[in-house]
Amino acid sequence: MIVQLLISSLVTGSIYALIALAMAIIYKASEIPNFAQGEMAMVSTYITFVLLSTFGFPFLTALVLTLTFAFLLGILFEFLLIRRAKEPNLLGFIIITLGFQLLLFGLAGWKWGSDQRTFTLPFSESEVVVRTSSFVLTEHNLASLIIAMVIMVILYLILNHTKLGLAMRACQQNVGAAMFNGIPANRILGITFGISSIVGAIAGILVAPITTLDPTMMWDPLVKGFAAAVLGSMKSLPGVVIGGLLLGLIENLFGFYVSLEFKSIVAFGVIMLILFIKPSGLFAKHYIRKV
Amino acid sequence: MLLEIKNIETFYDKIKILNGISFSLEEGKVTAIIGNNGAGKTTMLNTIMGLIDDQPEKGKITFRNKPIQLVDTDKIVKMGIAYVPEGREVFEELTVKENLLVGAYIRKDRKGIQSDLVKMLEYFPALKSRLNQLAGTLSGGEQQMLAIARALMSDPTLVILDEPSLGLSPLLVQEIFKIIREINRDGKTILLVEQNANMAIEVSDQVYIMENGKFVLNGPADEIKDNEDVREFYLGLKEVDSLKGYQRYKRRRTWR
Ligand SMILES: Nc1ncnc2c1ncn2[C@@H]1O[C@H](COP(=O)(O)OP(=O)(O)O)[C@@H](O)[C@H]1O
Ligand SMILES: [Mg+2]
Repeated sequence: MIVQLLISSLVTGSIYALIALAMAIIYKASEIPNFAQGEMAMVSTYITFVLLSTFGFPFLTALVLTLTFAFLLGILFEFLLIRRAKEPNLLGFIIITLGFQLLLFGLAGWKWGSDQRTFTLPFSESEVVVRTSSFVLTEHNLASLIIAMVIMVILYLILNHTKLGLAMRACQQNVGAAMFNGIPANRILGITFGISSIVGAIAGILVAPITTLDPTMMWDPLVKGFAAAVLGSMKSLPGVVIGGLLLGLIENLFGFYVSLEFKSIVAFGVIMLILFIKPSGLFAKHYIRKV
Repeated sequence: MLLEIKNIETFYDKIKILNGISFSLEEGKVTAIIGNNGAGKTTMLNTIMGLIDDQPEKGKITFRNKPIQLVDTDKIVKMGIAYVPEGREVFEELTVKENLLVGAYIRKDRKGIQSDLVKMLEYFPALKSRLNQLAGTLSGGEQQMLAIARALMSDPTLVILDEPSLGLSPLLVQEIFKIIREINRDGKTILLVEQNANMAIEVSDQVYIMENGKFVLNGPADEIKDNEDVREFYLGLKEVDSLKGYQRYKRRRTWR
């Protein structure tokens, strides 16, 4: 049983980690908590659905098109809304992201209705890859783990081994200094929103088969992802991944040993606990500046 | 003229900080701007670099006869101006090498970047053993060197330095100024802002003196060095007597 618990923890944890990563990439770059992240992912997931079921595209084509859509959605969000804010403060940004969330939610409800649909992917939750006496590993489990891992590795490579990544990290640390070194900070922030939106969209596509496809599908995962990010520290990407996995584990253990009904409340408990103990998150770097 | 400024006025909110400044910079020279704390020197440099939103309110700035006011900072950098800001502003959580590569962001010539990396380590041997160290763990002097090296990595025509001697020990100040000279000899035009008037006048060809958002005096360095007012108020060379307040008043009038 413990193996089964670990598998579920890893799977949900990886999805939380993806959502947390999506939020943290933006937060690190701009200190904006993007509350529209979930709805951006939801709309992207609907795009995949439409491409698959209405247009009958093969899965890979649909995926590539969706991710392109997600990237553009992120870039447009930054360009059309975030960038327009004059001397914005945190409250202003929160209102913009909440407004965008409502807009997307409304659009999705109008276009696709609120009736729930089932979303089938090439990797299904009901197909079993490995079955032993102690655990079952489904296709969806395995695919989620692999995809989350691949995304994390790609993100790591982009950030640490490309010129774009260097510019992103420079902007995260000191936008002014990035600018007078010739980095077009606005454009980099736009690309950051685009990348974040892609990561969110992948989380959405992984979430849909285990819940149902409807406009509220990301509400719960977003809160969990946010909790994971706060747990690990919004400012540390590895921290955020560990936060996601940790939350997945805590949640599943709680659900199994304590109460399945109140499983959802664990994320809230974790946020509160962290705010009491270490508000900057478990893996926040406390940087000591030398004079 | 490489850089020309005509009658610029810069505001922070409703407060006018730069009060109609004009100024021109000759290619190949070292030009110094000296002035007390709060005179508006940094504001002027930030205005040139396009770092203050929607400023200057009035006036014209041209670089190689092209207007650069209200142009995006990254485009100004691409035109050949590099900036070493007050307080260094190195990227603390990037390594020394990464900081230098950020400096070379606008460039595409890999070979040139590599050879400039080598050149920077010749200017600043102290950085050599620290290439893979996070910049935040460097000492103040090393951070200043890194900030200068980072600026040079863009292979600029003009290097603007804002108080590079701030907070450094006298020995390090000497070293920094020696390097500034060297950089100039290697072909870079330099605009140097300093409160350390002695050193600044020593290394420069032209000197401007700023007070309250205006230039009150300018000229070749050796002329400025001998100016009575400069000697008293900036170089601290004249004895203080009981008439100082009165003299100061009179003196100041001579340059307005
Ligand atoms: N960001 C800012 N907002 C408002 N006022 C500022 C800002 N930066 C500087 N000032 C004001 O502008 C004036 C000139 O400052 P500054 O250009 O930094 O002077 P200097 O570099 O010559 O010491 C000062 O009175 C300072 O208080
Ligand atoms: Mg200053």
